[in-house]
Amino acid sequence: MRRIISVLMENEAGALSRVVGLFAQRNYNIETLNVAPTEDETLSRLTLTTVATDEQTEQITKQLNKLIEVVKLVDLTEGEHVERELMLIKLRASGAIRAEVKRTSDIFRGQIVDVTSNAYTIQLTGSSDKLDAFIRSLSEAVVLEVVRSGVSGLSRGEKVLSL
Amino acid sequence: MLIRSLQEEEVEFIFGYPGGTVLHIYDALFRQNKIRHVLVRHEQGAGHMADGYARASGKTGVALVTSGPGATNSLTAIATAYMDSIPLVVISGQVQSHLIGTDSFQETDMVGVSRPIVKHSFLVKQAKDIPGVIKKAFFLASTGRPGPVVVDIPKDITLPTEVSEYVYPKKVSMRSYNPATKGHSGQIKKAASMLLQAERPMIFAGGGVVQGEGSDLLTRITRMLNYPITNTLMGLGSYPGTDRQFLGMLGMHGTYEANMAMHHCDLVFAAGVRFDDRVTNTVSKFCPYAKIIHIDIDPASISKNVMADVPIVGPVIPVFEELIQLLEVQLANKNVAKSNAGTLADWWDQIEGWRNMDCLKVNSDEDSKIKPQHVIETLFEVTKGDAIITSDVGQHQMFAALYYKFDRPRQWLNSGGLGTMGFGLPAAMGAQFAYPEQTVACVTGEGSIQMNIQELSTCKHNDLPIKIINLNNGYLGMVKQWQDMQYDGRHAHSYLDSLPDFVKLAEAYGHIGILVDHPDDLEPAMKEAFSQKHRLVFLDVKVDPDEHVYPMLVAPNGSMQDMWLRKGVRT
Repeated sequence: MRRIISVLMENEAGALSRVVGLFAQRNYNIETLNVAPTEDETLSRLTLTTVATDEQTEQITKQLNKLIEVVKLVDLTEGEHVERELMLIKLRASGAIRAEVKRTSDIFRGQIVDVTSNAYTIQLTGSSDKLDAFIRSLSEAVVLEVVRSGVSGLSRGEKVLSL
Repeated sequence: MLIRSLQEEEVEFIFGYPGGTVLHIYDALFRQNKIRHVLVRHEQGAGHMADGYARASGKTGVALVTSGPGATNSLTAIATAYMDSIPLVVISGQVQSHLIGTDSFQETDMVGVSRPIVKHSFLVKQAKDIPGVIKKAFFLASTGRPGPVVVDIPKDITLPTEVSEYVYPKKVSMRSYNPATKGHSGQIKKAASMLLQAERPMIFAGGGVVQGEGSDLLTRITRMLNYPITNTLMGLGSYPGTDRQFLGMLGMHGTYEANMAMHHCDLVFAAGVRFDDRVTNTVSKFCPYAKIIHIDIDPASISKNVMADVPIVGPVIPVFEELIQLLEVQLANKNVAKSNAGTLADWWDQIEGWRNMDCLKVNSDEDSKIKPQHVIETLFEVTKGDAIITSDVGQHQMFAALYYKFDRPRQWLNSGGLGTMGFGLPAAMGAQFAYPEQTVACVTGEGSIQMNIQELSTCKHNDLPIKIINLNNGYLGMVKQWQDMQYDGRHAHSYLDSLPDFVKLAEAYGHIGILVDHPDDLEPAMKEAFSQKHRLVFLDVKVDPDEHVYPMLVAPNGSMQDMWLRKGVRT
């Protein structure tokens, strides 16, 4: 099952490499990963997605908790949560397809953030599924470049991951 | 600054080897006399010595190495300590800060290469951070589940002209590190009642009980309940090995009675163990009838390999204390005490039946060959069971574990988790430094001893009167045993041709060497060796190359009751 694990950790050099190294070392997989400092600059928040059974997830969270720099973590997929991913996609947009790309982007509530006579760069946020669906729906267009942020998420309601 | 910090931590010994990036540190060491530095001959030896010192004394061991090759040479020792949860602080020099990342001379990313085999590591960025980092390093190494901590220090940070204010922190607290200080009372209550209701209980204790100093309390619990107990390889000594309730070691080369009792029990009371694959054999067939209580300081050890029915996260001492209180109250109630007396007697009868198999009996039909098992038995007798024994890795390690009875914790030092050949001699040295008056013996083989034999020179340098018992069969014995059993006896590269004359070698290093090649000479030679109180004696014992270690669990796909008992004989 797909899991979203959100980790609050010390904003120190080397902390990220310990998390990433742990996954390689213990043969867990990372599908997506993102990390950035939080409003408290001594802390970073890292969100990763992985595919794991319940037992594996228990081990992953326990092993992550053992890392000295990890302060707290939560498996967001255990409860209701909001998740988003950001994608920037550059498409060839010339001739007949140019209008089609624009229309599809509107349907998906994308924003065109850069334009040349031959290309559009579109920004899209949503669940990973939605981003996948957008790429599929543009099968006629030529995709020049894609960059995705990886999943970020928060628990629904008043539950928070903080000190 | 560094040396002052180490003095504050009451470090007695540093095991190390100098080099370019640690010269400032060595100069500071030279100009003080509180900490004794032991100059090794190879950095791996330094790591194992610090480790042996830590295992024997319970204190944190300290090693000091230079950057690059010095640092990488220490890695095997760090990994060894990591696998066995030994408190170690390894200080490595690093190239000057401005050279980091430029592939400069003797540069290795030590924090990077050691990352998967340390509990934690630090790269010191400025001189004023040194005291705080050292405080944290010792705190992390020795608390919770202990382990090695690497402190990597660029040369410019230790520059003597770099003066900054020295303040050694009195306390350390880290928001992200709070190991459990006691067990969950509700779970302990549950464990107590399960213990009293069990019909076929087994107590199963490992290295965590030794490390956690819980042996006395464990012994009390075991005796008050009159339950059978088994130890892992790492746990030997946590319960007196000569006691009737002790069934011997379990697992791959465990005794028949310990493995049979584990397989048939209805309750496993596991403390400070991690259900390693060398214990469980096929996990799905492990303890099929048993509920499992599992006490460990590390939550990640619980339900990692075997699901625990009652997990208890906490240090063994407070958990055992709480448990003893509950058991005492319950056992004072005569009805409770009596209720399981009958079933317990039946269980003991069954166990005695298994014990009567006498699985460790050795047939010595050939008089001219020395049996390795007999060497260990003789060692036990000659040392009156009181020596600190270290071992390397292989058949001799298993013979030592099975045939020497360890009555106290920290008496048996071996590389259980990583299985590091070359561990035995330096570990014995560390133990001898910790206890200069104790008899320390290293049981080894002609393969293992050659992996750190250079430390014989360090032994001479420091007059360490260690006794080395070399079970020399001319083969990498454990490899040969597997080749005999699983590869139709094709001994691919397990025969050691061109072995040195170990007697002459020992003599060349300034020690006493004795060759033993007949059973009749064994005991006199052993006595002679141990009567040399101030000299290192290297006993080169030519043992029967055809001996295998038995019992041995049948793998793959076997359970714990599937064992080879002798050549060609299985359960």
